[in-house]
Amino acid sequence: MSDTIAQARLWYWGRISAMALAFFVLAHLVIIIYAVRGGLTGTEILARTHGNVAFGLFYASFVLASAVHAPLGLARILRETVMGERGANVVAALFAVLVLVLGMRAVYGVVLS
Amino acid sequence: MTTNLQVKVWRGKEEGDFVTYDVPRLESQTVLDVVTHIQRHIDPGLAYRYACRVGMCGSCAMTVNGKARWTCRTHVAKVARDGKLELAPLSNLPVIKDLVTDMTEFFDKWARAKGSFKGEQTRHDEFAMVEPQSTMRLAADAGIECIGCGVCYASCDVVSWRPDYLGPAALNRAWTLVNDVRDVANVERLLAVSGDAGCHACHTQGTCTERCPKHLEPTASISGLKHIAIKALRRTA
Repeated sequence: MSDTIAQARLWYWGRISAMALAFFVLAHLVIIIYAVRGGLTGTEILARTHGNVAFGLFYASFVLASAVHAPLGLARILRETVMGERGANVVAALFAVLVLVLGMRAVYGVVLS
Repeated sequence: MTTNLQVKVWRGKEEGDFVTYDVPRLESQTVLDVVTHIQRHIDPGLAYRYACRVGMCGSCAMTVNGKARWTCRTHVAKVARDGKLELAPLSNLPVIKDLVTDMTEFFDKWARAKGSFKGEQTRHDEFAMVEPQSTMRLAADAGIECIGCGVCYASCDVVSWRPDYLGPAALNRAWTLVNDVRDVANVERLLAVSGDAGCHACHTQGTCTERCPKHLEPTASISGLKHIAIKALRRTA
């Protein structure tokens, strides 16, 4: 696979993850607004989310889409401003791992732990 | 209308400074008229480039009050602020002298984007029949009137951020050929215009489309290339 094809493929992943994020972000906002009517405590949140498979799947997918989309954008910004191709890719890959680990840890925390 | 224009003109190469000239203000005066007046009556050493004076050749583009424009068709009345003009060479291109830029890289990128027609028919074959209202012909028509002035290239932030980016004009040219049913080089052309130095680097900011003096839409051409490149990628996957 040539660099050009790999780059086009990554761009495509950026687009697809953006479409997924548009849905996830909207749904997330609706969930927040719906859930906090009249106030909501941490205990109440955990009572609703704990063991909720649908909630877990939704937010795990949200984290996955973020871990794809945000690092691709970050790599682009870094490449266009402060560093070369290789450096930008390394930083973006590390950032992807960070988003994935922190995100999945949060999902695990509210659904399974 | 003020009687005189105060015109600041870039003098020098990459290093240089603005020099101010007083130029008589005239009715229906274009920015190119102003530059020509300076060169013929005030400072014969001023270097600038023009040929047709009627918006066909694309050689007279400059930065006028901070924006790239074709100067032969830009009226002073439209751009002068308080009787003042600031003229500089096009951005994103090396300066040869004063208002003249080196367009080599700009046109080399057209070649890198496989911007020349490649057919397989000979003069012994029948004429190709192209339906004027077909989708492809209309798409090619929409971008075909480019005069290669470099205004879009000079206005493109992506070119300034990553100088290897092919730029709006070269990609627009490639798009017109992608839509030419007679052309046989589309596989190599799509490879040439894809990736981080090609259409996929475009942020769709649209400055090229906003500033194109021919009112073409390179942004739409680049979007078309992205779309068709991904379709080709899906077919090969």
